[in-house]
Amino acid sequence: MGLIKEFTKGLIRENPTFVLVLGLCPTLAVSVSVTNGIGMGIAATFVLIGSSLIVSLVRDFIPDKIRIPCYIVIIATFVTIAELCMKAFSPALDRALGIYVPLIVVNCIVLGRAEAYACKNNLARSFLDGLGMGVGFTLALVLISAIREFLGAGQILGHTLIKGFEPIFVFGMPSGALLVIGLLLGLFNFLKDRKA
Amino acid sequence: MKNNLLVSGSPHIHKPESIARIMWTVVLSLVPAGIAGVIIFGLSALWVTLLAVLAAVSTEFVFGLLTKKKITILDGSAVITGILLAFNLPSNVPLWLPVVGAVFSIAIGKQVFGGLGQNIFNPALVGRVFLMASWPKYMTTFVKPFSIDAVTSATPLAALKEGKIIEHLSYLDLFLGKHGGCIGEVCILALLIGAAILLIKGYISWHIPVTYIFTTALFTYIFGAKTLFAGDWLFHILSGGLILGAFFMATDYVATPLTAQGQLIFGVGCGLLTAIIRLWGGYPEGVAYAILMMNGATPFIDRYTKNRIYGTK
Repeated sequence: MGLIKEFTKGLIRENPTFVLVLGLCPTLAVSVSVTNGIGMGIAATFVLIGSSLIVSLVRDFIPDKIRIPCYIVIIATFVTIAELCMKAFSPALDRALGIYVPLIVVNCIVLGRAEAYACKNNLARSFLDGLGMGVGFTLALVLISAIREFLGAGQILGHTLIKGFEPIFVFGMPSGALLVIGLLLGLFNFLKDRKA
Repeated sequence: MKNNLLVSGSPHIHKPESIARIMWTVVLSLVPAGIAGVIIFGLSALWVTLLAVLAAVSTEFVFGLLTKKKITILDGSAVITGILLAFNLPSNVPLWLPVVGAVFSIAIGKQVFGGLGQNIFNPALVGRVFLMASWPKYMTTFVKPFSIDAVTSATPLAALKEGKIIEHLSYLDLFLGKHGGCIGEVCILALLIGAAILLIKGYISWHIPVTYIFTTALFTYIFGAKTLFAGDWLFHILSGGLILGAFFMATDYVATPLTAQGQLIFGVGCGLLTAIIRLWGGYPEGVAYAILMMNGATPFIDRYTKNRIYGTK
């Protein structure tokens, strides 16, 4: 597979949210507004790239039996960096995302890529894979949170779009997140079936 | 000579009943409550009902076209969903509300699961809960009955929740529906006429409604007041959506257990949940949530109450 494909596969064909259906916990929880979605996406992308790089570098030294704890230590390092940076530069976003930033440690996309990809592939490929997956995750988050913010609060990025539109509160609630993700998953599967 | 011997597989005994026939009878049985609603709350109740029905049927039609399946708008099931949804709305809602609710009921509550016979939850209640979560301010403002300039009033259950007592409200007023509430739930008399039609025709069995109402009454009698065994159980039966829910929504064929034993469990569960929500929950009324929760439990109830197959252990 070409290097460029390592990057693009994470965008649509193996999109972590809609095709692999990983990392739904942060997706459901933080996709209330587009700002949150972008913040979460960037933090997760940073962690994905960092952990993919390091795991790929040390993949030959890690004993097979304790590889998961090793991955967790590596991932936790990058999550801590991301969390401290977020606290320092964007306290409001940090408050909005709350517990879900430290929880990136156990995000199944990050661990999944380390286990399924980075520990078997070289540095460049792992980097592109992490970047692609991160961008794919961010795109999915932005899509979901844009739908939810528009329907649930009548706004996009804090700007009111249509005057007189009465927000459908349910989309701002957890049940709305499940509804949106369920319908989008259905749509993705429908499009995939039609192509095949 | 014509051969009159017909060789065919079972079933050999046929009844003239069909989905359409049963559904249209249910529609007919809902008419008295609708008329009562219009008499009590005025013509706005009629518009809300008609719009909900229209939107439900149109959504069903559009989905039939999109999925290239048989168009099922004539079997009456979408009409029932529309009517039941409207019956669960206050009469003074903005007119787009029943439309949005009915579209959601049919699209998300029914068609995404595969249409009639596949839905896990009662579609009308899915619509109601969606509207309740989305626009609570419209869903909890009720007009006073027989008022021309739409004076708002609390439902008896909402008043009870706030610790107030509505004056001059006798059991007869509750029975006839002379109090604030949703369009189709207020007039118990009309609902019972409709329920009688369904029971006599055998379209619904007594199991769910009786256990449901009895459990709610028993539970509110025991825990409904400050001291035990002093609750006003008759008030709890006659107010809110209990009668409408027990006879018309908890008896939905699709989303309720198949066996009599399962239906008894379903009814008791609904009754318990309704009473718990009414007495200690955040909402004054819990019928919709109780039925939906038990809808969700139906597959499990069905699994554990399977009929023994004749001839097996």
